[in-house]
Amino acid sequence: MSDVSRDTMLLTTPFHSRVEAMCNINDWGNWMGFTTPNAYFDVELEYFAIRSTTGVFDLSPMNKYRVTGTDAQRYLDRLITRDVSKIGVNRVGYAIWCDDNGQVMDDGTIFHLGEQDYRICSYQRADDWLAWNTLGFDVTIENESDTVAGLAVQGPTSCTVLTLLGCTDLNQLKPFGIAHYTFEGLPMMVSRTGFTGDLGYEVWVPPESAEALWDQLFELGRDYLIKPIGSHALELARIEAGFLQANVDFMPAEEVVRVGRTRSPFELGLGWLVDFNKPLFNGRSALLREQEKGSRYRFAMLDVQGNKPAEHSFILKGKKQVGTVTSAAWCPTAKANIAYAQIEMPHGAVGDELVAEIYYQRELHWTRLLAPCKVIDAPIFKSPKRWQTPAPPH
Amino acid sequence: MTDYDAVIIGAGHNALVCAGYLTKAGKTVLVVDGRPDPGGCASTREFSPGFRVSDCAQWLSQFDQSIVKDLNLIGNGLRLGQPKSTISLQPDSDHLTLEGDTISGAGVDSADQAAYQDFKKMVRSFAKLMSTLYRSRPPKLVEQNWTDRMTLMKLGLGLKLLGREHLRDLMRIVMINIYDVMNEHFSNSALKSTIALDAVTGTNMGPRSPNTVYSYLHRATGEHLAQTGTTQVIGGMGALGQSLASAAEKFGTTLQLGTSVSAITKTDNRVTGITLDSGEKISAKIVISSADPTTTFRDLLGYDQMEAGVAKRVEHYRSRSGTAKLHLALSALPDFTGLAADQLSQRLVITPSMDGMEQALNPMKYRELSTLHTFDISIPTIEDPGLAPSGHHVLSAIVHYVPFEPDIGWEKGKPQLLNQLMSELEVYAPSIGDLVMASELIVPSDLEASHGMTGGNWHHGELSIDQALMMRPFPGSTQYATACEGLYLCGAGAHPGGGLQGLPGRNAAKEILKRGVL
Repeated sequence: MSDVSRDTMLLTTPFHSRVEAMCNINDWGNWMGFTTPNAYFDVELEYFAIRSTTGVFDLSPMNKYRVTGTDAQRYLDRLITRDVSKIGVNRVGYAIWCDDNGQVMDDGTIFHLGEQDYRICSYQRADDWLAWNTLGFDVTIENESDTVAGLAVQGPTSCTVLTLLGCTDLNQLKPFGIAHYTFEGLPMMVSRTGFTGDLGYEVWVPPESAEALWDQLFELGRDYLIKPIGSHALELARIEAGFLQANVDFMPAEEVVRVGRTRSPFELGLGWLVDFNKPLFNGRSALLREQEKGSRYRFAMLDVQGNKPAEHSFILKGKKQVGTVTSAAWCPTAKANIAYAQIEMPHGAVGDELVAEIYYQRELHWTRLLAPCKVIDAPIFKSPKRWQTPAPPH
Repeated sequence: MTDYDAVIIGAGHNALVCAGYLTKAGKTVLVVDGRPDPGGCASTREFSPGFRVSDCAQWLSQFDQSIVKDLNLIGNGLRLGQPKSTISLQPDSDHLTLEGDTISGAGVDSADQAAYQDFKKMVRSFAKLMSTLYRSRPPKLVEQNWTDRMTLMKLGLGLKLLGREHLRDLMRIVMINIYDVMNEHFSNSALKSTIALDAVTGTNMGPRSPNTVYSYLHRATGEHLAQTGTTQVIGGMGALGQSLASAAEKFGTTLQLGTSVSAITKTDNRVTGITLDSGEKISAKIVISSADPTTTFRDLLGYDQMEAGVAKRVEHYRSRSGTAKLHLALSALPDFTGLAADQLSQRLVITPSMDGMEQALNPMKYRELSTLHTFDISIPTIEDPGLAPSGHHVLSAIVHYVPFEPDIGWEKGKPQLLNQLMSELEVYAPSIGDLVMASELIVPSDLEASHGMTGGNWHHGELSIDQALMMRPFPGSTQYATACEGLYLCGAGAHPGGGLQGLPGRNAAKEILKRGVL
């Protein structure tokens, strides 16, 4: 971060000058040590930009690690729980990685950039764990967090805007595909990935391209109602779309100090990412044991009655407390009151009817609400645009 | 169908003990070692024409008596010498003698003599208590299991029976260092450093290092289990290896010596056999390694063949050593000032004061040679003349503190160190240099190369509380099983740890049989 001001404790991203200029309400947050907007002008309008036009989110603070060397694929296969060989070149795979106790350390995306050439994009800093994992492998890990800037460009008009920017035939790119372009003479990588559950892309450029990229995107996207979005709007979208968030829906295993506060993939509803056909990966033995013995918790997506978000609620079965809510929001497009909860086994199976104990206050007056809720098997919001190729015209 | 029920990597004493017990129970076992003779650290070698010496361990004091009986080692040729007293040589020739619970010489006063008897009594009560733990698999504290509960109950009862005073002492001293404990009990400097030497032998620790009380109790526990006193093995330590090999072979163990193992092989995620240097593959229901944990996991299995957390634990496992061996071929019995000829067959030690020992440790930490050393000397040819040509003798000494590899390198460092050691010896045996016909200096890196022990540490990993009992060698690979299915440990890197003791091998065999994996 040589070109970044050190005047404040928090760091700024390569887009900061532009982000700051557009952050009308001056509402900032700390995202993993970077100063980033909670909102630019209005959370709900920003949210609707994602769902109706195009929202732009600065995701530069994400940690990026380049994995190269003759053992790169074998290395990743031991690191993450899914089969890396199934992620083709110029494809992206969602992945989780566990410690030896089978507890989730983080989730992220694996970009397959070329022969034995990958990039891990993770929420948490992972330098230490990735370095330990190199023992016994011919592999080099390079932290590219500061040399790759990223923007999420998400929403129904995103393909059109990016095509105007010069991303030829972007509409042909399949979900989780990667396309390479140049922007002002420098490489620009576009992946059809995102955290919103909608048609959307992530654009990756060197930091020196950042400001020009932002300027041109907003210039070209004006007619397509492009808007910057802050982390609160993204939070709404991701809960609606069914995505988990590290440090919110689970504690990264390495950061936990109290016994029993970590979660396994099965306990987070991520069992589908665990491939026991692989003979070896971190956490495999422990996860096999868990499969035999049964999990402690179940991840449940709840459809809660009423319109009061069940934030931090206890979940009851009859009078017994059986779980707690990790994420909750009233989702505007799904028009549903959604909550993610950690439910003690054996409760929380799909269809299970539970009660959310919601506390909310209006003008210092607290109200306790016992809202019936039901475990659903998938997010109510499902945008067909997310999966269509060619990307649908708006 | 596998070639064997179990393949054991290494033919050290623990490997042969394990093989003996397993084959006695009717299992088929192959023991493979790259060295030409059985015994591992229990080895005898001709270091100069006609002169043979126990080239690694030289004293037998901790070998569990139940193993001697169960495997009929006496019937297989094991002969022990007479129990030795310890004579700590003093520059003024008023030497300190420790024999049983009595001490004399070096100006030891009656208060120290009484304190020594109390100290020995206390140590024996601790050793007795620890022997309960040493003869069982180490109990896990978290998982509730009846075998472990029984061990813990016995331990709890033993702690109770110690009485309030001893229990309090044990809790207080077990985590601290021998330096403080010696100063608490004794005033005589020679006495303190002589006892302290037993706490640091074979380790990378000085008297002031934490864990030295534990390593002292470890040794005392071994002595309690052996009940032989400190002895030499007639024929050299290799004769112990030979008797163990002979016992194991009689029970049906197949020994393949002079053949190195190049890899532990896996099928899917299970260890299913070994690959020899020749490329030959041998399959077995389980593989039991008596090699040290680092060699086993890093070199033979490979870090890419285990979960990353296991590799990390192996990397953190401490197995450095400051121990060297000096071997001298002598044309006649040397003369030590103030020692009668019949005293030369005893265990002779030379130590500076405890502060001096600590100073001797310092250069080693910085990869330098020290100008001060401790010696633990055996002249085995007095009791066992067959080790040298008639009228000639062998002197073998365990020497501290010597770096694994000094910055100046061993090519330059060895002659320098040898001169240094000889000049220190000559303070006590002025004309010994004239008798030397040949000499050999074995440094930690030599021990690593010759005996396959990482860091040259003959305990197969530092003897410290964090690497002991239910944490030996490291969490997740305890109770002789490892984090890798099908791979077991039976060497000194497993509970109860190092020294010529045999219990890791015996306990491993018992645990494997109990689990019914064969």
